[in-house]
Amino acid sequence: MLGQQLLNGVVLGAVYALFALGFTLIFGVLGVINLTYGFYFSAGAFLALYFTQGLGISMMLALLLAGIVTGGIAVILDGLLLTPLRRAKAPELASLMVTLGATLFLYSLMSAYFGTDIRRLPPKVFTNVGFNWLGLHIETSQLLILVTMVVIVSGLGWLTQRTRMGLAIRALAENGTAAQLAGINAGAVTRIVSFLSGGIGGLAGVLIGMNYNAIEPYMGEQMMLKGFAVVIMGGLGNIRGALVAGLMLGVLETLTAGYIGSSLKDAVGFGLAVLTLWVRPVGLFGRATIKRA
Amino acid sequence: MSPVLQVENLVLGYERYDAVKGISLLVHAGSVVTLIGANGAGKTTTLRGLSGLVRARSGRILFNGDNITALPAYQIARSGITQVPEGRQIYAGMSISENLALGAYMETNKARVAQRREHVLSLFPRLRERLGQSAGLLSGGEQQMLAMGMALMADPKLLLLDEPSMGLAPLFIEEIFRIIATLKQEGRTILLVEQNASAALEIADYAYVLEDGHLSLEGPAADIAQNPKVAAAYLGM
Repeated sequence: MLGQQLLNGVVLGAVYALFALGFTLIFGVLGVINLTYGFYFSAGAFLALYFTQGLGISMMLALLLAGIVTGGIAVILDGLLLTPLRRAKAPELASLMVTLGATLFLYSLMSAYFGTDIRRLPPKVFTNVGFNWLGLHIETSQLLILVTMVVIVSGLGWLTQRTRMGLAIRALAENGTAAQLAGINAGAVTRIVSFLSGGIGGLAGVLIGMNYNAIEPYMGEQMMLKGFAVVIMGGLGNIRGALVAGLMLGVLETLTAGYIGSSLKDAVGFGLAVLTLWVRPVGLFGRATIKRA
Repeated sequence: MSPVLQVENLVLGYERYDAVKGISLLVHAGSVVTLIGANGAGKTTTLRGLSGLVRARSGRILFNGDNITALPAYQIARSGITQVPEGRQIYAGMSISENLALGAYMETNKARVAQRREHVLSLFPRLRERLGQSAGLLSGGEQQMLAMGMALMADPKLLLLDEPSMGLAPLFIEEIFRIIATLKQEGRTILLVEQNASAALEIADYAYVLEDGHLSLEGPAADIAQNPKVAAAYLGM
């Protein structure tokens, strides 16, 4: 029983971690809290619904396509909303307000078009009953979640640490002026980072839609709150922190729901986030950048 | 011979204020040219204009005959102008080795990068001892050396140095100017902005004096150093 709870918790945590990863990536590299991020989550889920139900595409392919499309949307939205602000060197509050406004607009657009009823993925997505292993049961969808998370995390790690593009991304995150003077095209790197984070947000949306088999326009907004809790715990902009904190939150939520009561489940994350801010404001894994004035 | 850098009536500013009000200057290949002036005269803005960090309001910047006035900073960098900005712009959270690698970001030939790195480390032996260390832990003088080393990793055709001696201990100032002298001997083309006018005039071939956004004087550095007005205003004589 406990083993099964832990497994389910890890699966849920994998989605939280993935979602927080994209969110923290935007902040870490581009230095903005982009509130449209939650929209990519909803958009990803609806795209997957459309691909599987409307076009009859397999879940795997639908997941991939949804990620690519949401990545593209993120590039366009960043270009429309944030590039002009960067050019004008607007204060951070401006980007917060602009992305908040845009998100509310996009959510209402979605609920006007799709309605607010909960939708479900076609049953054929779940035909496979899953596997039994050491007395634990794992659904195919859960396996897909874990595999996706491992692939994305290791892919992102490889990209940022081992490639020239990753060097450019880290340079922009550290010092935009120096990066430009070294010949790095900040606009192009910004688009790449937007694509990656938007894609990751979309993937997370598809995966959670699969995990709970429930899709509705405002799901991204609820997830955004969890995302905030996770990045506060992990340290804003800290990729490793987002992963650990995401997994932790998933496990704790599941255990709370299983042993204490599901009504308390959502309180866990926010409780921990507040606790983190009290005890260690830079996040459990965050460290202030090493700098000597 | 045509100049490496030719600036014509350049106007630069921030919001409603012009900091540089129409200056023209030349930098010839293999020479060290200095731009001196008081705080707030527009020296740093001039360099930021040349590297594309500040957009020109009017005027032209020609680099090896090409008009680069409207190019974004990263393209100007790719064309061969490297600026060492004021205030030690390094990547504090990365290792010294990674900082140097980023300096050579535009060069994809690994052998050439390795060669430049060797050269930079021979100029700045202090950096060699701490390649794996986080750059943010270096002292101010060492950070300035790293910033210069990063710029040299790009092997620029024109090196723009913005106040390299600012805020440094006397020993480091001496060392920085010794390095600039070495770079001059190597035949590099340098535009040097300095508040430390006496040291700058000693090393430069040609000098411009900037006063409130206008060029008030120019000439061979030795002549400028002898000019009584300059001596009184900038050399403390």
